[in-house]
Amino acid sequence: MSAPLLTIENVAVDLPTPRGNLRAVDHVNLSLEGGRTLGIVGESGCGKTMLSRAVLQLLPKKAKLAGRVIFDGQDLVRLDAERLRRLRGRDLAVVFQDPMTSLNPVLTIGTQLMETIQEHLELDAPVAKKRSIELLAAVGIPAPEQRLAQYPHQCSGGMRQRIAIAIALSCEPKLLIADEPTTALDVTIQAQILDLLAREQRRRHMAMIIITHDLGVVAGRADEVAVMYAGRVVERAPTSALFKRMHMPYTEALLAAIPKLDTAPHTPLPAISGRPPDPTRPLKGCSFAPRCRYAAGRCHEAKPELMDAETPGHRYACFHPIRMAEGIGA
Amino acid sequence: MLNFVVRRLLAMLPVLLAVSLLTFLIASLLPGDLALVILGDQATPENVAALRRDMGLDQPLWWRYLSWLGQVMQGDLGRSFRTGQTVLQAVAERIPVSLQLMLMAEFIGLLIGVPLAIVCAARAGGAFDRFMTGGAFAMLSMPSFLTAILLIYLFAVELRWLPATGYVPFTEAPLANLRFFVLPALTLALAEWPGIMRVLRSDMIATLQEDYIALAKAKGLKPARILFVHALKPSSLTLVTVTGINIGRLLGGTLIVESIFALPGIGRLLVGAIYTRDLVILQGVVLLVACGFVIVNFIVDMLYAVLDPRIRHGHA
Amino acid sequence: MATLELSVQDEVASAPVRGNKFGFLFWVAGGWLAIILSLAILAPVLPLQNPVDMDMLERRATFSSEHWLGTDGLGRDELARLIFGARVSLTVGLIAPMIGLVIGGALGLVAGYFRGRFETVVVGSMDVLLAFPPLIFALAVTAYLGQSVPNLTVILGVLGIPAFMRVARAATLTLARREFVIAAEALGASHARILLRELLPNVILPLLAFFLLGVAVTIVVEGALSFLGLGVPPPMPSWGSMIGEGRESLDVAPRLAFLPAAALFLTVLAFNLVGDTLRALTDPRQGAL
Repeated sequence: MSAPLLTIENVAVDLPTPRGNLRAVDHVNLSLEGGRTLGIVGESGCGKTMLSRAVLQLLPKKAKLAGRVIFDGQDLVRLDAERLRRLRGRDLAVVFQDPMTSLNPVLTIGTQLMETIQEHLELDAPVAKKRSIELLAAVGIPAPEQRLAQYPHQCSGGMRQRIAIAIALSCEPKLLIADEPTTALDVTIQAQILDLLAREQRRRHMAMIIITHDLGVVAGRADEVAVMYAGRVVERAPTSALFKRMHMPYTEALLAAIPKLDTAPHTPLPAISGRPPDPTRPLKGCSFAPRCRYAAGRCHEAKPELMDAETPGHRYACFHPIRMAEGIGA
Repeated sequence: MLNFVVRRLLAMLPVLLAVSLLTFLIASLLPGDLALVILGDQATPENVAALRRDMGLDQPLWWRYLSWLGQVMQGDLGRSFRTGQTVLQAVAERIPVSLQLMLMAEFIGLLIGVPLAIVCAARAGGAFDRFMTGGAFAMLSMPSFLTAILLIYLFAVELRWLPATGYVPFTEAPLANLRFFVLPALTLALAEWPGIMRVLRSDMIATLQEDYIALAKAKGLKPARILFVHALKPSSLTLVTVTGINIGRLLGGTLIVESIFALPGIGRLLVGAIYTRDLVILQGVVLLVACGFVIVNFIVDMLYAVLDPRIRHGHA
Repeated sequence: MATLELSVQDEVASAPVRGNKFGFLFWVAGGWLAIILSLAILAPVLPLQNPVDMDMLERRATFSSEHWLGTDGLGRDELARLIFGARVSLTVGLIAPMIGLVIGGALGLVAGYFRGRFETVVVGSMDVLLAFPPLIFALAVTAYLGQSVPNLTVILGVLGIPAFMRVARAATLTLARREFVIAAEALGASHARILLRELLPNVILPLLAFFLLGVAVTIVVEGALSFLGLGVPPPMPSWGSMIGEGRESLDVAPRLAFLPAAALFLTVLAFNLVGDTLRALTDPRQGAL
């Protein structure tokens, strides 16, 4: 078995806040092979964005990062600034959540596209321009040549996210991190953007991490899914295995929260009751216990570690997994 | 864009009118009879009455204002009763000196303030940042006439590198002209850079938190390109306003600095007019300066549009 | 994730702001101001020489037991002139911003509470006043009114009105939407009562912090005018005029310019330090205290 493209080993991120230390990411282990797709799913504040920022080494200045992030044989945490810079944008690219704020408002689209290409591929301006036009055409932007001279505010949100994707793809990265790439967009455009990402990923044979709060987004698109809650990975499985049988009550709750087209109108969504725990006040037991309908005594006393399920590659962290609750007893 | 310009121009008119009214009222309502001042020792009641009639001072106030405004509109701001020069002549003669002084001062101020702001913002909270922020705060408490005295003492009296006072036109002797301008321009610049630095630094710190800066880092751009191309331009909006507002302060500053360094600019014209109680020149210069100030603010508004394409395209 | 991100960014952005504690420098500045203020108040009863008595035989004398800080170009005692100069600078510097505080504060409070046409007129006329570069306006008006300490104080006071108006109006605009004001209105309190009992006590804090910064600016402008010989009329000593006179003898007796310059700089810096610290504490945006 070849070494994975990305290995996240025991990564923990601590943020000092006025209310005390906030553990945003709590000892996460994940790995991803080249050309594969990993979905990271969880509610707002579960640490999924912080985890992606840790991989990109773009954490806020005050954040403390522990653990190792091995990308393509190099530990990004210990890599010096200059070598990290040469890696970013070239082998490691990102698409942020909100295309309204992730493009610079005072630079033209052409400038923002071409600067990445010229920085990493050492092409002269006319070649870089030609490549930019091809990229814009590839992500489905009509009249790409005219777009180059325009500013971001002259494009719609979906258009801007396509441009952000074009920037990310511009140097043929080995890994693309898409951080909630469709959350800020109109529902009608979300599927288009996701399909675009999937198509380009297959064509370029790159690995991809999709971060989302919506299990539906990763359902048909990711090879493997990791569910995060309160900074920890609570369930991890190949996508098909996960949807066949989920063990963690939280995953089930997330799935129930997806609106479906075939439910009758005006049916209230079964939202997850309660709120995630205060990350500056860690709980002794399972973080999900206060909101979990299966929770029993032990759940409030000790933290469950990830354990193997019978399906290979499926791991979960729960004392009372779904449909096994009766068997264990409490 | 054209619509934007026209709207701003129209908004400027009432302000200009009010400025002219205030200038006129200051000169007319406050104690001190112009005829009495002009006649001086030769003032007899008959002489004063005759001169008042000649100058229209016996007319009602509103009529005097309108006729004065009418003359101003035709470009006639009056004539000094001491030198016989018209206000426009006197101003035209001196404006190059003041402009050169202000431009050099602003240039040096930006030259000091902008790089310091960028370096401080990039390492906000660090030792250098805290030192420079403290230094800027102290410099803000330093009036320009103190800086002038200090610079004169250091460079003219002790080191004897530069002349303390004097002036030759640039066209006659460019190098000597610049030598005369170094200390006055530096004096004003030393008062300017702290404001420039503080404003740009705090805006830069805010900009560096933006998503598009994170993306620029994620794109693997060089730190210098991120700071100067991606962060500087969106951070400079407030700086442009402040630079515009500063022109008012700079005008006040030139008044003092021109007096100290004996530069024949607008400021010195004004101070001279006060010393000699040349009220026509005083009124004219104050009006021109105030109008100039209003117009500068208008230009600053226009500069916004150049810096921020969103305003240019009417998205503001 | 968005909420978490926000709170983190807020924290990073506010990091350079000094902490809530007053700090060492604040107390040093306050101490300096206390010394200068008491010297200025006590000047007539202190065993000082007459600051306008000339002694042509002892011009520019150096430090001695008779003249602790020497004498100036006309043989007048430098220490006495410094302390009496503080009297003038502080009188103008403290009274002028009070005019701005009272008039500007009242205008801003009323404009911010009632809004409408009154606000438009107030803001518009302040814009006109702001169209004049302050120093030039002050110079022109003193030229007409004549040089005297009361005239100077009134002019500098009027010039401060727009700034105080803006601070008061901005504070009132935010406060007028708060629950306690809306509650008072709902209970049928009169406008006067709301303005004086509910709004004024809350607006006065930022205004007072701003007042100290106004004192610093006024002292500088008074100094500049006196330096040019257009402020306080001679022979009354003022720091500005002393620096102006000392300029003539920079080559032989630089201390005559540098002593009052140091006094002026330190006093302005102290007012700025104290004012800025208090402003940071009362600034509603930072929610401090």
